[in-house]
Amino acid sequence: MRRFSLLAIALAAAVTVAAQTPAPDVGRPATPDDIRNLGAAIAPDGNGLPEGSGSVLAGRGVFALRCTKCHGDKAQGDIGPALVGGRGTLATARPLKTVGSFWPYATTVWDYVNRAMPFDEPGLLKPPDVYAVVAYLLNINGIVADDAVMDARSLPKVRMPNRDGFVADPRPDVGRSK
Amino acid sequence: MKHLERSSRRQLLRMGAALGGGILAARQDALAWDTPGKLGIPLGPYGERSPFEKSVRWRRDSRTPETGSSFTPLQDSVGTLTPSSLHYERHHAGIPTIDPAQHRLVIHGMVERPISLSMAEIKRLPSVTRTLVLECGGNSAGEWAATTGPDVQRSYGLVSCSEWTGVPLSLVLARVGVRPGAGWVIAEGADACRMERSIPLDKAMKDILLAYGQNGEAIRPAQGYPLRLIIPGWEGNTNVKWLHSLKLTDQAYMARDETSKYSDLMPDGKARIFTYQMEAKSVITFPSGGQTLPGPGLYELTGLAWSGRGKIERVEITTNSGRTWTAAQLHEPRMPIAFTRFRLPWRFDGKPAAMASRAIDESGYVQPTREALVAVRGMNSIYHFNGIKYWHVKADGTVSHAAV
Repeated sequence: MRRFSLLAIALAAAVTVAAQTPAPDVGRPATPDDIRNLGAAIAPDGNGLPEGSGSVLAGRGVFALRCTKCHGDKAQGDIGPALVGGRGTLATARPLKTVGSFWPYATTVWDYVNRAMPFDEPGLLKPPDVYAVVAYLLNINGIVADDAVMDARSLPKVRMPNRDGFVADPRPDVGRSK
Repeated sequence: MKHLERSSRRQLLRMGAALGGGILAARQDALAWDTPGKLGIPLGPYGERSPFEKSVRWRRDSRTPETGSSFTPLQDSVGTLTPSSLHYERHHAGIPTIDPAQHRLVIHGMVERPISLSMAEIKRLPSVTRTLVLECGGNSAGEWAATTGPDVQRSYGLVSCSEWTGVPLSLVLARVGVRPGAGWVIAEGADACRMERSIPLDKAMKDILLAYGQNGEAIRPAQGYPLRLIIPGWEGNTNVKWLHSLKLTDQAYMARDETSKYSDLMPDGKARIFTYQMEAKSVITFPSGGQTLPGPGLYELTGLAWSGRGKIERVEITTNSGRTWTAAQLHEPRMPIAFTRFRLPWRFDGKPAAMASRAIDESGYVQPTREALVAVRGMNSIYHFNGIKYWHVKADGTVSHAAV
């Protein structure tokens, strides 16, 4: 509530500043094409996920073709980071942060693979390929079954093992005063 | 002319201090700038520094050269601005080449009037200019380990300070009409990986800039040409470069670079998320690791301090391993969230000395020791190290990060 009212004040203040500063009326209305040409940003609730679906089996094929060069045959990591393992290591001296051990949302895996992978050719994979690769990565981390199929409805329902592993920033926590 | 002469002599002295007396004499001959009877080189369209100046960024080896970091040579810095050509870099998928005539910023999502702005249109809007530090959230990440960085460039060099010019984001958001219920802005860059970060709307309404100018000219390609976010006091990664999309939403999008990366893992296995703020930090740049003092005598200790929370109020220096601390003199004007240079005369008596600086900002925050940070956060949090950095001057004048 306090946060909301602060925001309301900030918005009101900004409107005031904008109203006081004469500025030209620039820009044209954004078209659906303008927005389609941007990266598809995917919300944790699945908002933004496109049509299409992909299976673990199909994902194994896409991974072998496009991902092993950097991430290794078994996603164990090479030039690129390991994508499997690490469960139970986060509180140890040598934490291994992977999709399986660390990432809190399956939608983030879809978003990132879609926007940034493969590293040397981002944007190459079409939505069904992305769903498939994500299904495969979740499967080898023991999160979904061998016969799982990922789509806009099933993916946001996946509960990641480290879903509750993130906390708010409490700083200043050290060095507050002399 | 007189001023030029004086400043080049100062540089010579500094260089001499670093290189030793014999080389100093040779350099003085080579650099003699008044050569009567010999015509100089013609005027040029775009300036270059003196061929005698060799300071460059240091780049960590990377198997994928499009990703990685290059570090600002703080040991050679003077004053409080970083030349654009020496600004640190951190890229995740290379530097895109963008034609500003084609580039557009689309503002969409929970707004009344989604718009697409050209660069020419953005430059017609009211602008502001601010001098601000930009620091990578992972700057000094190596300092969490017991074996810390050997020189100030490699241990502290993912920080730079520039004058930035652009349009207040609040002004543009007010014009598109933010819908009730929106609380976040999802920013996206036009680089190959389309860098994505979630920014709270209240910060966007406070002081974020849509920046197109850096140090009096267009932002350099490596810094986001033609348009980037500048978010005062927040970790570098949130200052999305090559900005082409702002989407207003009711929730954070939990992007890869705010969950898997740029989150701070604590000893209990939980990770702090949305650790945007950069806290007060300082480091002595002269003398610093890898440099050599030519012999006993009076030296000018100098370094840089900054805080994401505002102005630097005070910098204290110890030259006796932390037993006593002395207030340094601060270069004016001190600007909030900008480099503040400090100085203190110090006499090297030929005996070993351990020296460090600590910054205190206007919020009263005191830069902590590495040990205090490690006691609370462990050694695996990677990001946001701002501990006190010690340099050890040996009896022979060499300066090292190592105590022995």
